[in-house]
Amino acid sequence: MNLRKRTGRLSFGRAPAALLVLVLLGSCGRVEQPLNSFDSQGPIAERINALFWPVFWIAVVIFVLVQGALLLTVFLFRERRGKERPEPKQITGSTRLELLWTVIPTLILAGIAVPTVATLFDLADCPPGAMDIEVIGHQWWFEYRYPDSGAVTANIMAIPEDTEICARMTSDDVLHNFWIPKLAGKRYLVPGQETVQRLYAEEPGEYWGHCAEFCGLSHARMRARVVAMTQGDFDAWVDDQLRPAVMPAPGSEAERGMEVFLASACIGCHIIDGVNNPDPATLTVASPDLTHFASRHVFAGATLPAGLNPTRADWEADLRKWLADPPTWKPGSFMPDLGLTADEIDALAAYLSTLE
Amino acid sequence: MAIDLTTETVERSETTVFRRPQLTTGFWSWITTADHKKIGLLYGYTAFFFFIAGGVEALLIRIQLSGPEGAFLSAAEYNGLFTTHAITMIFLFVMPISAAFFNYLLPLMIGARDVAFPRMNAVSYWIFLFGGVFIYSSLIFGTNPAPVGGSLPGGAADAEMLGSIPNSGWFIYAPNSGAAYSPGTAVDFAALGLQMLGVASLISAVNFIVTILNMRAKGMRLLRMPVFVWMTFVVALLLLFSLPIIAIALFMLTFDRQFGTLFFVAEAGGDPILWQHLFWLFGHPEVYILILPAMGIVSETLPVFSKKPLFGYPAVVFAGAAIAFLGFGVWAHHMFASGIPTVAQAAFGLSTMTIAIPTGIKIFNWLGTVWGGKVRLSTPMLFSLGFVALFVIGGLSGVTHAVVPSDWQQTDTYYIVAHFHYVLFGGSIFGLFAGIYYWFPKLTGRMYNESLGKWHFWLMFIGMNLTFGPMHWLGLQGMVRRTWVYAEEAGLGPWNMAATVGAFIIAVSVGVFMVNWMYSKRRGRPAPDDPWDARTLEWTMPSPTPEYNFAVEPVVTSLDDFWHQKYDEDEEGRAVRKEKADEIVADLIYTNGHPDREIHLPAPSYFPFFVGLGIMLIAYGIMYHTKPWGIPLLAAGAVVTVAAFVAWGSEPLEEIHDEDDHGNGGDGGDGGGHGIETHEPPAGAVLSAGERRA
Repeated sequence: MNLRKRTGRLSFGRAPAALLVLVLLGSCGRVEQPLNSFDSQGPIAERINALFWPVFWIAVVIFVLVQGALLLTVFLFRERRGKERPEPKQITGSTRLELLWTVIPTLILAGIAVPTVATLFDLADCPPGAMDIEVIGHQWWFEYRYPDSGAVTANIMAIPEDTEICARMTSDDVLHNFWIPKLAGKRYLVPGQETVQRLYAEEPGEYWGHCAEFCGLSHARMRARVVAMTQGDFDAWVDDQLRPAVMPAPGSEAERGMEVFLASACIGCHIIDGVNNPDPATLTVASPDLTHFASRHVFAGATLPAGLNPTRADWEADLRKWLADPPTWKPGSFMPDLGLTADEIDALAAYLSTLE
Repeated sequence: MAIDLTTETVERSETTVFRRPQLTTGFWSWITTADHKKIGLLYGYTAFFFFIAGGVEALLIRIQLSGPEGAFLSAAEYNGLFTTHAITMIFLFVMPISAAFFNYLLPLMIGARDVAFPRMNAVSYWIFLFGGVFIYSSLIFGTNPAPVGGSLPGGAADAEMLGSIPNSGWFIYAPNSGAAYSPGTAVDFAALGLQMLGVASLISAVNFIVTILNMRAKGMRLLRMPVFVWMTFVVALLLLFSLPIIAIALFMLTFDRQFGTLFFVAEAGGDPILWQHLFWLFGHPEVYILILPAMGIVSETLPVFSKKPLFGYPAVVFAGAAIAFLGFGVWAHHMFASGIPTVAQAAFGLSTMTIAIPTGIKIFNWLGTVWGGKVRLSTPMLFSLGFVALFVIGGLSGVTHAVVPSDWQQTDTYYIVAHFHYVLFGGSIFGLFAGIYYWFPKLTGRMYNESLGKWHFWLMFIGMNLTFGPMHWLGLQGMVRRTWVYAEEAGLGPWNMAATVGAFIIAVSVGVFMVNWMYSKRRGRPAPDDPWDARTLEWTMPSPTPEYNFAVEPVVTSLDDFWHQKYDEDEEGRAVRKEKADEIVADLIYTNGHPDREIHLPAPSYFPFFVGLGIMLIAYGIMYHTKPWGIPLLAAGAVVTVAAFVAWGSEPLEEIHDEDDHGNGGDGGDGGGHGIETHEPPAGAVLSAGERRA
């Protein structure tokens, strides 16, 4: 099943926030922002925004009052040529005012603290009965494992809609940080430790993400997608993922591509179930499972193909580009430039695009 | 003050093994100086040099980010530049320029002749300088290959020149900073260089604490000290307690990288999160180390330019101390997303909120100071008011980080970048420029150009808001930090272009400042003795300050003593300038400029320079210890350092003087109030107030 083309919609439900965001976005002439945290698409991100906006407006009021007071003070008391005023009174302070501007901010902060702590405890841990998905960070891609079914995939996390998801996360190398702005906040992936992140998508759609912790050379090229689908679609997706790879038709370009795959360094790191089945522990570097590569509409750390709504042709063109020279797109890449000929790249691309 | 290459030496008798230099002008006088004012200027010029370097780095970063999929820099270069920009601005600019202010002004503001340990002061500077040189030498010597197993573009073995500077983020998070993921020497330059800078700051901190506690003028009780001195004191205590933490963490990192220990190596059971706790337990107090000096400066300038005393002096002082104290209890708010327990997140969220209270107290007291005053909008005042306005924005966005679930969205995005630039650029740097303009007449004896000063302010104010304002939105619209490129489809391009334009406006404003500085220092109008009608002791001296500071040691009877010598109050409490105020000022300045007897001053010394040099050689030796020449280099560095310390300890406390000296024999100097002789205790001794007057 192809997960392509389900972009999240923008719905500005929250009036004041929406107004402000619209003004700001309008001024730069575009509205589609797939990473915009203001555009929450699930209850977790929604709760966070519901906490942020009141605090934001309190801050705006304080900002206006303090800056207004500052401007007014300067306007009223600035020295003007030809306007001689009496020397100022030498006032050294006022205990009453000190108390006032100690107590009022304290009360405001206490008012902010209560919902902060309440929301924090509500959101920090996964509720019982949530569906577990293991997230493993690698330089520079995310791996997803589904313990209930045994499915393994990369770059795109498929989830059922309206379901409480518990991402149980760790890292294979350095720190990473899993962030799907429209669904939830961030949580680190720490080697040797497990951290959890709640996710919940209200509706089917595609939600963009990014590794947010600096994780080395290609941190900028470590992105993520979450695709939420109906329960039926999700079950079908899981079934698809558990099948071994589709075998290419004899004599086809794809079959030649499979031979290139088997004859090259690809097999040192990548698995295609039913084609090469090495013990994962013997792989040189943990790398995305390619068994259902073509079912994923992004690759290379969810950075390719570029664009909001790339076509299949874009996908194939970028795949060729990627196979030809991974380190230029993703500096430091553990997939080296294998020195493939144009012919081999064509064959490999043809093969990979059959791996639905 | 330009460095003059001519030297002037004074012949001395040869009765001691280690003669002390006596140069007061010329190149070597700067190398050997123990005068707090010269050291202050050295700190200032060096810090400003690094400010330019850090600024160029920032511009390169902004060019790269001006549009999506930028191709101006490689990933390695970008990572090097954002890391080195931070290290430079924090450790090589804001901290040392604050040290420049402390050095130059602290003794003047408390009525002292110098700091408690003048040669220790010099050694701080030299270690700092060599630390900075060491870090920047990575441009030439640094290496940054791909992580073990990875490939660089084009099959290169090592990154380009700009990619070989420290590149792991200024926070140097484990395990990315470990040997497996950062196999080159780029991270070693950061780890060992920061270690050196930490040693320099620690020495300064001890020096300033002792100076403030022991060397205040007669009558200057703690609560009569200028707020700037108070903030210096608080910063010194923060340094004293926070630097050892980062020193230990950096040693652990260095041992992990160089000698195979496993403190932060997760595969071997080490804990990468431990690094974050250690780093931020230093790193958060560090934030206050960067901002409190600026708060001290504006607490001096706002009263002067409003012609009113500081509103709520004790509240401002205690709020500063409270910020510092609370600053040690909030470090984990940098780690809300790191998986620390929920209860800990709640606790650190609440403690972070409490910081807003003393910060608010300061802001409101500053407003109270200006309210009802006679406000002169000179350049220092503009920068001070700009500081207040911009710091309020940074403070408010800071409160939103304390709202923990909100921070899960904000952390590691440009929202954070926006926040801390409002605090550190809008705050620290605006405050520091306020101080530079305010004390410019004291430093140079000339006035700066007011129109250029105002151009500088407005360009910088507009540029700063254009650069960092949009970053709030960029962050929450999904722009993560430390990202070399961003995708076109993320829709982040237009605001990034605005930020880049803003950065260049800031660059122009810095250019205006440099023109003003260079022009005014030579050609500026000669400064009146008390150009601002000021309140503190440094303005009771001629400008520029004579080497011995006060010819007659001041006696203080109140807070803002100098002001009260000039002004009375009428029945309504309004300031009334005394009839004889001008004479009083002229008298004070004359008296302070004409010593009637010999004044003991710390003599210069060659050895602080060599201590710094030796420590740098040790750092190279550690980094290259696996090379055949590494251990010899380390040994040579150790020998130089130890020898310099031994020689330092063997230096005579006082010089024996020439027979034909026209001084009053015995312990006299060469007369004329210049290059006057030393009376420095051995390093480690503490001067009592009584001894100081000896």
